[in-house]
Amino acid sequence: MYSEKVLDHFRNPRNMGEIPDADGVGIVGNPVCGDLMNIYIKVKDNRLVDIKFKTFGCGAAIATSSMMTELAKGKTLEEALKITRGDVASNLEGLPPVKMHCSNLATDGLHAAIENYLEKKGRKK
Amino acid sequence: MVTIMRKIYMDHSAGKPVDNRVLEIMISFFSKKYGNPSSSHSFSDEARKAIDEARTKVAELVGADKKEEIIFTSGGTESNNLAIKGFAYRNKSKGNHVITSSIEHMSVINTVKTLVKQGFEVTYIPVNKHGVVDIQVLEKEITDKTILVSIMYANSEIGTIEPIRVIGEITHSKGVFFHVDAVAAAGQVPINVQDENIDMLSLSSNDIYGPRGVGALYIKAKTPVQPITHGGGQERGLRSGTENLPGIVGLGKAAEIAKKEIKRESVRLARLRDKFIKSVLSNIPVSHLNGHPTERLPDNVNVRFSYIEGESLILSLDMKGVACSSGSACTSKTLEPSHVLLAIGLKHEEAHGSLLFTLGRQSTEEDVKYVQGLLPGVVKRLRKISPLTPKGLIS
Repeated sequence: MYSEKVLDHFRNPRNMGEIPDADGVGIVGNPVCGDLMNIYIKVKDNRLVDIKFKTFGCGAAIATSSMMTELAKGKTLEEALKITRGDVASNLEGLPPVKMHCSNLATDGLHAAIENYLEKKGRKK
Repeated sequence: MVTIMRKIYMDHSAGKPVDNRVLEIMISFFSKKYGNPSSSHSFSDEARKAIDEARTKVAELVGADKKEEIIFTSGGTESNNLAIKGFAYRNKSKGNHVITSSIEHMSVINTVKTLVKQGFEVTYIPVNKHGVVDIQVLEKEITDKTILVSIMYANSEIGTIEPIRVIGEITHSKGVFFHVDAVAAAGQVPINVQDENIDMLSLSSNDIYGPRGVGALYIKAKTPVQPITHGGGQERGLRSGTENLPGIVGLGKAAEIAKKEIKRESVRLARLRDKFIKSVLSNIPVSHLNGHPTERLPDNVNVRFSYIEGESLILSLDMKGVACSSGSACTSKTLEPSHVLLAIGLKHEEAHGSLLFTLGRQSTEEDVKYVQGLLPGVVKRLRKISPLTPKGLIS
């Protein structure tokens, strides 16, 4: 059902964990639906210097979270905001069609974390 | 070095291997004994005799009075359709109300939903937290319009065995007919349609280690049912279509073996099941049993783990060679969690974290030990990844 790449990211998720003093946090999904993602980012000079995730959900939800953090790490905020669900899926060598929408939430989580960071920064000004 | 991964199949409620003894007897009916029982020569005599024997064996498995009360179908789904639609259409003039439960198989639920579109009324009887049908509610819901009660013998997902004899008594005391979907129970629990007040009973061949594509419906003599498939009038006119000879012969043999071995095998499996459940509940924190603790199918282990999701559990176990199943939305075609788990009162997020292991004839004590040994680590790893896991739970 899943590609080798998905299984690899499921087996050995990259950047899994929390960042206690995160600059931005994005929470997307809902345990009722079966998928919940928390994305934590650390920003320095407009760049994602660190990113971590915690995910409740199916294999695809965990693998897409992991892949998204790999794609986003080190990128500028503008570059990170351009990462799409499609990018995550294609870097995982595809996802089963049924998983494209329900479990591929990681980029939404990333965008939410960046928005959260920008909001906090705006308030400080 | 090549390591050969151990493969352990614990998804028997989804599909079973055909017993070798069944396969052996079926083979000659594909290419050597291929007569059509409706013809008038020696080839057909042979086929007729084989079907008669199979009918007798299925009748014996369920305690039917006469072998003619057994109708062969294409499986559990068709048996449920024929019983419910065939009975409802035939008895529409007597009433339009059908009663069933909230945890039935989709082949019952979607069949009664079809009846609703055709002017019937349906009541779903709720179940308690263990999945037992509420008999008081059932009794109250029977009105003078009620013609049929359809309740499953046992639920394949949570393993709960229903109080069939009592439900049959209540149903008959009100002059209402009683259909039982025994697809999950047949071959695991001794059934006697006469003692248990059953008018119609569905069973499936593969669920008793026979081939797929064949099943049976017991219809007690004088139960008014009309066909839903029309044609050449086979199976006493109730199920037209040339008989699936190898399938029926296989089902017959499977029924014979099931009857002979049911006692020993159900004791063996129940012992494995109980060890398995005890190990999970005592070794994994915040884990729960779904379904009834004692009134339970011998093959059924359904447990749930808070804070994690079932499909990721299945995937983790599959990577280690273990095949099982879940009530999680992620594993269903509808992307909804199992209606059975919701009916026993679980929240969506609880239903997502359920895991179903169904044991079978090939399951050994070593298999169970292996899976017991794997589970705590698998659960712990996923809980580390989950944002829902409380801080103190994982060191």
